[in-house]
Amino acid sequence: MQTRRNFLKMTVLSSLMTLSGLASVSALAADTIKVGILHSLSGTMAISETALKETALMTIDEINKAGGVMGKKLVPVVVDPASNWPLFAEKSRQLLSKDKVDVVFGCWTSVSRKSVLPVFKELNGLLFYPVQYEGEELEKNVFYTGAAPNQQAIPAVEYLMSKDGGSAKRWVLLGTDYVYPRTTNKILRAFLKSKGVAEADIMEEYTPFGHSDYQTIIAKIKKFAGEGKKTAVVSTINGDSNVPFYKELGNAGLKATDVPVVAFSVGEEELRGVDTKPLVGHLAAWNYFQSIKNPENTKFIKMYRDWAKKQKLPNADSVVTNDPMEATYLGIHMWKQAVEKAKTTDVDKVIAAMGGQTFKAPSGFVAKMDEKNHHLHKPVFIGEVKADGQFNVVWKTKGPVRAAPWSPYIPGNDKKKDVPDSK
Amino acid sequence: MTDIGPTMKRLLLTLLMLFLPASNAFAALDPALVRQLAAEESDDKIAAIHQLGASADADAAKVLKAMADDELLVAGEAVFLFDGERAVDAASGAAIEPAPETYESITVNNRVRSELSNALAALKLYDADRGVRLAAVTELQSNAGIGMVPVLAAALAKETDAEIRALLKQAHAQANLANPDVAARLAAVESLAESTSPATRGLLLPLLETANEPDAKVRKAAAQAVEAIEARLAFGEILGQVFSGLSLGSILLLAALGLAITYGVMGVINMAHGELLMVGAYATYFMQTMFRAYLPQYVDWYLLAAIPVAFLAAALVGMLLERTVIRRLYGRPLETLLATWGLSLILIQAARMLFGAQNVEVANPVWMSGGVEVMAGMVLPWNRVVIIGFTLFVLALMWVLMQKTRLGLFVRAVTQNRPMAGCVGVPTARVDTLAFGLGAGIAGLGGVALSQIANVGPDMGQGYIVDSFLVVVLGGVGQLAGAVWAALGLGVVTKFLEGWSGAVIAKIVVLVIVIVFIQKRPQGLFALKGRFVDN
Repeated sequence: MQTRRNFLKMTVLSSLMTLSGLASVSALAADTIKVGILHSLSGTMAISETALKETALMTIDEINKAGGVMGKKLVPVVVDPASNWPLFAEKSRQLLSKDKVDVVFGCWTSVSRKSVLPVFKELNGLLFYPVQYEGEELEKNVFYTGAAPNQQAIPAVEYLMSKDGGSAKRWVLLGTDYVYPRTTNKILRAFLKSKGVAEADIMEEYTPFGHSDYQTIIAKIKKFAGEGKKTAVVSTINGDSNVPFYKELGNAGLKATDVPVVAFSVGEEELRGVDTKPLVGHLAAWNYFQSIKNPENTKFIKMYRDWAKKQKLPNADSVVTNDPMEATYLGIHMWKQAVEKAKTTDVDKVIAAMGGQTFKAPSGFVAKMDEKNHHLHKPVFIGEVKADGQFNVVWKTKGPVRAAPWSPYIPGNDKKKDVPDSK
Repeated sequence: MTDIGPTMKRLLLTLLMLFLPASNAFAALDPALVRQLAAEESDDKIAAIHQLGASADADAAKVLKAMADDELLVAGEAVFLFDGERAVDAASGAAIEPAPETYESITVNNRVRSELSNALAALKLYDADRGVRLAAVTELQSNAGIGMVPVLAAALAKETDAEIRALLKQAHAQANLANPDVAARLAAVESLAESTSPATRGLLLPLLETANEPDAKVRKAAAQAVEAIEARLAFGEILGQVFSGLSLGSILLLAALGLAITYGVMGVINMAHGELLMVGAYATYFMQTMFRAYLPQYVDWYLLAAIPVAFLAAALVGMLLERTVIRRLYGRPLETLLATWGLSLILIQAARMLFGAQNVEVANPVWMSGGVEVMAGMVLPWNRVVIIGFTLFVLALMWVLMQKTRLGLFVRAVTQNRPMAGCVGVPTARVDTLAFGLGAGIAGLGGVALSQIANVGPDMGQGYIVDSFLVVVLGGVGQLAGAVWAALGLGVVTKFLEGWSGAVIAKIVVLVIVIVFIQKRPQGLFALKGRFVDN
């Protein structure tokens, strides 16, 4: 009996504590703004998404130190959807209806974004999505601060076709099996065909999430590359599969001068766990690299390093910054500017105020939110891996490029509107 | 014959350059040329590299080497490199005082990098050391262009070592494939027919088309050469697939061996088995961290130290689980299943709290990086070779433990007839604990191997639990030999299917095959015989 009584006591006590906690939050609610952070902190995507959570917290901290938004402090609400796509939907519903956040920064994979979309539409929430993706989507409730295909995939392939990129004639499209790689490869296939690449010169391969045995694939690539034409690999592998993929690539002795691999979801952060010496020369296409030199970037890198030390993150002395982190950073700042312009956190008014916002980004360019299509105007960089895991920028656009979410290489897209449908 | 063509021009130019610089070999490098290395356009950089490379000058080699290593720096107009702490002008070798504060390394893209490595290799062709020459000519095997013909011919004339000569001939023939002279091309194609490398086949394939090769005789020779090379390659390809199948099989086996004891022999449905693998992998990570902190000079050997540590750590965790939870549930398989699943969640969460939710980095030691080329086009990665060897070691260890030791005898006795074993004085309860600990320890050893191939994170075990059960059930519960054959069979079948249908389909097909097999033969590959089968 004794234990049962204790248990009852505990329950009553803890529920009291929860209640008082809730009360104190609602008392504070008047002078704070709640911000949701929806990134996988465990599972296969944690390798990429954990750093985005840290960046979001750092940016919120920076804004709060500078006086908050309209004099109100931002309060982050962090949840962990654990690389589990249905859980993303559940957690976003929790953020919007229970925690009542005014905006959510989150998601990495397109499958997670697709699974939270219905929730954001139903509850009229506001999502900032910070990662490059396949396009084919334009939602009123989402702002896309990563790249559309014409801001990453297409320029990267064009570069590999050029003389400096090695004049590739044969293509391996390699990806994780879900919507982003499949759609991107559909676009790339159509693009390559429009450039006169024959069907037989394109190989498409997919692996499941979390795949860790890349022997067969590397052997296949070697064989495919040995058929007389310069071959390049376009990798849309996502998450921690990249570590075994690049390890195998290095061990199998496939050099970048023979078969270059250009990746769309691999940045400084993903390469931290890999010995990059055998990978020198392999490429990545992004809208930002840590190695870009300008005052904004120096400030951004320093801010993140200090944050990592302050938070005692694992390996805090070797933290790096990457493109989705930059996109998270500027997304939060743009949202702040839009709220200040709209003078409210009301979702519809903030959406209206977002168009045309500009921010001096760490990429060295002024990023601008398009007036109509919810995407950013961003510059494109192509970098080669260096021995220290950083990237050497070997090609870049002259200035920011406007996003085209509806790729012209998918039939029927010419009829799609460049503005999201309002409800 | 008015138009000699750009290739011919380049050839003449290279020839010319080859003989020119002999006169000023000891003079400093041409500053304009060094400056050109930092040019905006890759074409200009490559032209400068060619000229410097042809000079056969030690200083030029030094500058090019620095450029290849991203250590050739630019600050304004000065092109320099660091010699220790001192900034040194790349052309004159004079010290720059004071050293520039802001500088950038010269951007080297893949195209420039491959020209650089060619130029560097060409410079080493005359080195006195045989090893250096051999490395240089190996480097030139894959991408020697027509511009290299005179350099290679000159080196061939001077070379005496048979092995290097053979390689030089191959490189020379490759470079000659683009020779405008038909006879030279024909000779090149014929000598390339002896090659065993897929890269050579790649070079010859375009020559089969009329558009690329106007001469019918050369086309025919090329077709024959390709056929000869392909025959040699086909064998290597199948061998490669068998190897990757064995490698996957050995990993499956390591993951499943522990389970073959706990589930196979003792009959405990242990859903926390994957987490015991994880404990082993984290133990490896822990040893790596320790070595990096306290014994940095021996860091390459942390893996050997990790083997006993991982075994003990996983065995301790296993015995703890057995003592606290599992022993109370013997004979109640469904409760055991639920309880061990709960334990697995607790272990995952514990790892998350101790080491963080993110994957941790476990580096391959240097001796396990890279690969060995056993045949042309077939590279066996060292980490996989070592793991196959390690699997054999663990198997041998287990066999000795089960067959040759008193503990093994007790374990076998208890599983065959518990009451009888108890009657003759075997401490059955203690044997259970030890046997479970042994199974867990073996799982820990599996974790050591997995840490070298796959990602190490709190959830890593989840990915192996299904595969492990698959192996044990397919092999026949209670049969160690069955587990071995099942793991190797699954590995090889998966790899052949993957080669044919892709990884996603292969996974599905393998599951379907196993389900159908178990339907037809529920006792697995190897059935237990004897009285105790009935219980």
